[in-house]
Amino acid sequence: MAELTRRGLIAGGLAGTALLHAATAGGHQRGNGHHGDGGHANFRDHVAVDHAANGFDPHALVRDFDRGRTRRLPNGRVLREWTLDAVDKEIEVMPGVKFAAWTYNGRIPGPTLRAREGERLRITFNNASRHAHTIHFHGIHPAEMDGVPGIGAGEIPPGGSTVYEFDALPAGLHLYHCHVRPLAEHIAKGLYGAFIVDPAGGREDADELVMVMNGFDTNFDRANEVYAANTIAFAYMDRPIAVRLGELVRVYIVNVLEYDLVNSFHLHGNLFDYFPTGTSMTPAEYTDTVMLCQGQRGIAEWRFEYPGRYMFHAHQSEFTELGWQGIFEVA
Amino acid sequence: MGAATRGVRVPAWVLALVPLLLVAGAIALFAALDAPGLGERVGPPAEELAVERTVLEPGVIELTLRNDGPDAVTVAQAIVNDAFAQFSGAEEPIGRLQTATVRIQQPWVEGEAYEVALVTSTGGTVVHEIPVAVETPVADASFYGLMALLGVYVGVIPVAIGMLWLPWLRRIPPAWLRALMGLTVGLLAFLAVDAAFEGFELAGEGSQAFGGAALVFVGAGVAYLLLAGVSAWLSRKAAGATGFTLALLIAIGIGLHNLGEGVAIGAAYSAGALALGAFLVIGFALHNTTEGLAIVAPVAHGRASLWRLAALGLIAGAPAVLGAWIGAGAYNASIAAFLFGFGAGAIVQVVVTLLPSLRDDEGRVLHPGAVTGILGGMAVMFLTGLLVAA
Repeated sequence: MAELTRRGLIAGGLAGTALLHAATAGGHQRGNGHHGDGGHANFRDHVAVDHAANGFDPHALVRDFDRGRTRRLPNGRVLREWTLDAVDKEIEVMPGVKFAAWTYNGRIPGPTLRAREGERLRITFNNASRHAHTIHFHGIHPAEMDGVPGIGAGEIPPGGSTVYEFDALPAGLHLYHCHVRPLAEHIAKGLYGAFIVDPAGGREDADELVMVMNGFDTNFDRANEVYAANTIAFAYMDRPIAVRLGELVRVYIVNVLEYDLVNSFHLHGNLFDYFPTGTSMTPAEYTDTVMLCQGQRGIAEWRFEYPGRYMFHAHQSEFTELGWQGIFEVA
Repeated sequence: MGAATRGVRVPAWVLALVPLLLVAGAIALFAALDAPGLGERVGPPAEELAVERTVLEPGVIELTLRNDGPDAVTVAQAIVNDAFAQFSGAEEPIGRLQTATVRIQQPWVEGEAYEVALVTSTGGTVVHEIPVAVETPVADASFYGLMALLGVYVGVIPVAIGMLWLPWLRRIPPAWLRALMGLTVGLLAFLAVDAAFEGFELAGEGSQAFGGAALVFVGAGVAYLLLAGVSAWLSRKAAGATGFTLALLIAIGIGLHNLGEGVAIGAAYSAGALALGAFLVIGFALHNTTEGLAIVAPVAHGRASLWRLAALGLIAGAPAVLGAWIGAGAYNASIAAFLFGFGAGAIVQVVVTLLPSLRDDEGRVLHPGAVTGILGGMAVMFLTGLLVAA
């Protein structure tokens, strides 16, 4: 005997199972027992990410816009300034799981930089990381301010500093990220953030939110173990984002997800006006699902018609159940 | 110069203890000083978790884990088929060689494949595949009864049938009988090699901390030595009854092999990987019938009472029942690997003992008749084996 190789058995088992089923005419299809409340995928119970130790809380971050410091230049223009430090920092990306991240200002995503169209922007970059980094902004600017290796200041070595200075153009929703080789690693480890340029005339008053869609490859197999909007998976499931009935909600959606080709944003119980890249004041689409590749971003606007709890999530079920889902609580 | 050595008479056992005491003292000092000069270990912790047992209940996947690596491992999260899942167990770090059981809530569907990834505190993943999800049988009396029946079907009955060749064996000329002994050797050699490879494969699945593939060799070595000892004892005790002694040895060797085989069958059944289709049992039966022939060949020209023959059959076949119980009730790949090695070692010992009986009148062992028999035995095993794998 002894031909019982495991692989052989499995193959035999498959064929045999089929036979058995045919014979017993569906006698005992089982399994799929339900559990608990049959609820959503989530991390294990009774554990939670320590936001204080991380140094940032996704519930604060979602409405946190960093307008920097401003002063008026002799020519009358506004000069807006920020300081961004690249910092190596261990981040708890799932309850109980630490990730050796690279961050801007100790948080992921980095600060949501917010300026007004036409202002002069000056970003001082200090590299306190053990690796060379840059800040590459999306937008219109001179080549030497592009934050890529070999052009302008190029790579900023550990301990080095540089100043990126350019005009806030064009109005819209942009992003910034590190552009040092290997690019995927420098982005995936957390060096990115949203960059909003408000139109000169502003936008309608709204409850504004920022969602940087990201993920983390904690075992370095170039595939993400966990997905989220604003880094901490399921954070807005465990504690929904509170919004008001009938009030205009505006979400700045940025996709920086590494290792996956696309990401998406889907809203339950409503449709939204979608402004790709936020560069036009006329919506391109009235929809409930948008798909974004890495670096793609857009603004979604809507008003909730009914009170209650509405999910939002990536409409790739895999991403959803690996963390990228949340709830709006409308009251 | 010229100083005479003073002879101090120290008891021998004290001399034997000196190095042991020294090494104990050195270890204690080394530990007390916190490994002077070595400092921290380089690199991140090495996390190795082996899944020793998988149990599927409705709505639950239960995994028994063993930490194979040098460092403690903390299971932080569980992902099933790319979705986080609730689970209980393994709240504390799992220390080296310790085990923990996680119960994962998963509405699994029969017949589908699942990939469980346990995410550790460092972000590493321990991935475990469940190729075909089938509910693990509850180990109650009727289950053990079923396993016993299975063991009887594939172990006891085929061997007993094979032994019914004895009357025919008694009438054939010595040259034929030698060829049949060659056939037995071929059968056994095939089984030994097969059992060893099966053992290696199982060893690769189980916890590596207990030796992995080395367990197969350890099992084989232990079995060989034990059986050699039993053989020497039997031949001294019952001089002249070499035919029966040989038959008994073969029965023991085959029995030990069938023990491992039973473990594999039982484990496969409880994992849902074994279809109890009629043709699987038929394949095994044909395959194992030849083992009965191997047992009775040495007693062809001697006398053997019916109850002795029955005992031989039980020794060879019944361990399949015991193995099925072990495999289904307390499966552990490391133990299974050891048992397969044990079976292989036992068979090798039996082959070594059998070889002299192949000698023809000129004293040759590998004469044409024996070689034909050995090749024939291997061919029979190979061909009937195809029926099982089918």
